[in-house]
Amino acid sequence: MADRRLLETWVSGTEEPDAMPTDEGAQEMGVQESGYRFREQLGAVVTDDYLYEEEVSEDERMIINMGPQHPSTHGVLRLQLELEGEMIKRCRPVIGYLHTGMEKTAETLTYMQGPTNVTRMDYLAPLHNELVYSLATEQLLEVEVPPRAAAIRVLMTELNRVSSHLVALATNGMDIGAISMMMYGFRERELILAFFEKTTGLRMNHNYIRPGGVAADLPPGWRKDVKQILKTIPKRLVQYDDLLKENPIWLARTQGVGVITAEECRAYSITGPILRATGVDWDLRKVFPYSGIGQYEFDVPVGAHGDVYDRYRVRVEEIIQSLRIIEQVADMMPSGDFRVSDRKVTPPPRARIDESMEALIHHFKIFTEGFRAPPGETYAAIESPRGELGCYLVSDGGGKPWRCHIRAPSFYNLQALPVMLAESMVADTIATIASLDPVMGDVDR
Amino acid sequence: MARRSQPGNLVTTTIDWAARWAQTQSMWPATFGLACCAIEMMATGTAHHDLARFGMEVFRASPRQADLMIVAGRVSQKMAPVLRQVYDQMPEPKWVISMGACASTGGMFNNYALVQGVDQVVPVDMYVPGCPPGPQSLMHGILTLQRQIMSGEKVTV
Repeated sequence: MADRRLLETWVSGTEEPDAMPTDEGAQEMGVQESGYRFREQLGAVVTDDYLYEEEVSEDERMIINMGPQHPSTHGVLRLQLELEGEMIKRCRPVIGYLHTGMEKTAETLTYMQGPTNVTRMDYLAPLHNELVYSLATEQLLEVEVPPRAAAIRVLMTELNRVSSHLVALATNGMDIGAISMMMYGFRERELILAFFEKTTGLRMNHNYIRPGGVAADLPPGWRKDVKQILKTIPKRLVQYDDLLKENPIWLARTQGVGVITAEECRAYSITGPILRATGVDWDLRKVFPYSGIGQYEFDVPVGAHGDVYDRYRVRVEEIIQSLRIIEQVADMMPSGDFRVSDRKVTPPPRARIDESMEALIHHFKIFTEGFRAPPGETYAAIESPRGELGCYLVSDGGGKPWRCHIRAPSFYNLQALPVMLAESMVADTIATIASLDPVMGDVDR
Repeated sequence: MARRSQPGNLVTTTIDWAARWAQTQSMWPATFGLACCAIEMMATGTAHHDLARFGMEVFRASPRQADLMIVAGRVSQKMAPVLRQVYDQMPEPKWVISMGACASTGGMFNNYALVQGVDQVVPVDMYVPGCPPGPQSLMHGILTLQRQIMSGEKVTV
């Protein structure tokens, strides 16, 4: 506050006061106060405050600002890049341009309304957000969903993983110059989105997975649609491989670019395809199975080098594995209810409202004040297309969460950017960001 | 195409009509993707929905080469000055489409973080409702804007 008063009393043209507040966007890249900090990147030790090294001439140094309005930053990411010629010496991501206050908004919405809010966080994987919120709420309530609900959840989230990875491949291709990949990726995504629209009523931001189950049963003829997706996408994946897998330009732009090691990933708590591309087979679907996903057979694809190319390969392989899961779910889909029959948690079927007074009351109560969760706190985590997506809920016994925090994988993965970009070329920035696949809605929330 | 011959001077109205026709048939949008709507905007531009049919496939990264800004997504308080600056950098004549509920009104996020409607920052010519609007909705908005430019009058649907 003191700083603000200084700014208001300061007259332009006179001597500036010592403690001028920084204005928006003036997060200067200053000296690191903690002295020398060393970082290992590709075996080369890079000092963090190289700026004060003697041999670098003043003309060679440049600080450029990339974003927030830049077509290749995947939304509104802003990077401050400190360059020596073409070499990036330091990179500082600036986030918050899409801060929506969703965690605060979650405190004003009932548990029933919560998925509407969280689905807009990671907008490429909306169903994963809904699932993790619903799992956390169900842990608070100690409610077990019926097997059909769990299977539908797995089916929908794995389809969502495929569509999300398709967009990741599409944008990764577009950013490096393979515009055909962009067209291909979005073409196949439309297939899955058509199925989502049929099932949930929306192409994105579905609000389909809710505490206690899912909002509606799968539409008639869903198996045929899923089979069609299962038939089409593997064929199209072959096209992608023809286009990219051994393409010399693609290899030159991606191999050995944006390298991160497994140790660095652990240090920065990076998860998802980025971690798996370094050779660590850490997948929450295997280590902490949720929603009965442990009963399906699938592999965890891993890379070896931790570079952009390996991340691209891991995503392609994950699409294949997700399709395997989808096939098994479609074959094994149990019959039964698609949500719990506890009328304190889920609304009664529409037909019952015309017949039963109690059903009408339950319907009214659920949609006006929702249900109360017992006091306590809980954490649920699932494997989203970008890594570990967690939801931490604190309940004070009321009908709304007292606190809702989302562990957003993009936010953690973005921390890897300075590590990946140090000592690399400016042109590789784009390839590296694209391979991180950050969703700024997930980072800023 | 609505008003081919206008009353008044024949020569100027014809030039006026030709200029408007040229403006509508090759609008170049600036890439201003912010959130969920940006993905739908990209989907509109790609092969399945094919925005190129309306001469609009050239999304310009530089606002100085664009004449249409599609504000696709929620505008935070931190982003609003950037948005205004990008708008100011665009050459005249320029138009703004506010895509989606968040850009138009703040949507479901009535809180400290979001600008409650991008029309507080830049003048908006067309509002496209939806959360997010599907590609068809966006194309409808764009076509309505083209009609509006051609007729020179406010078109309401």
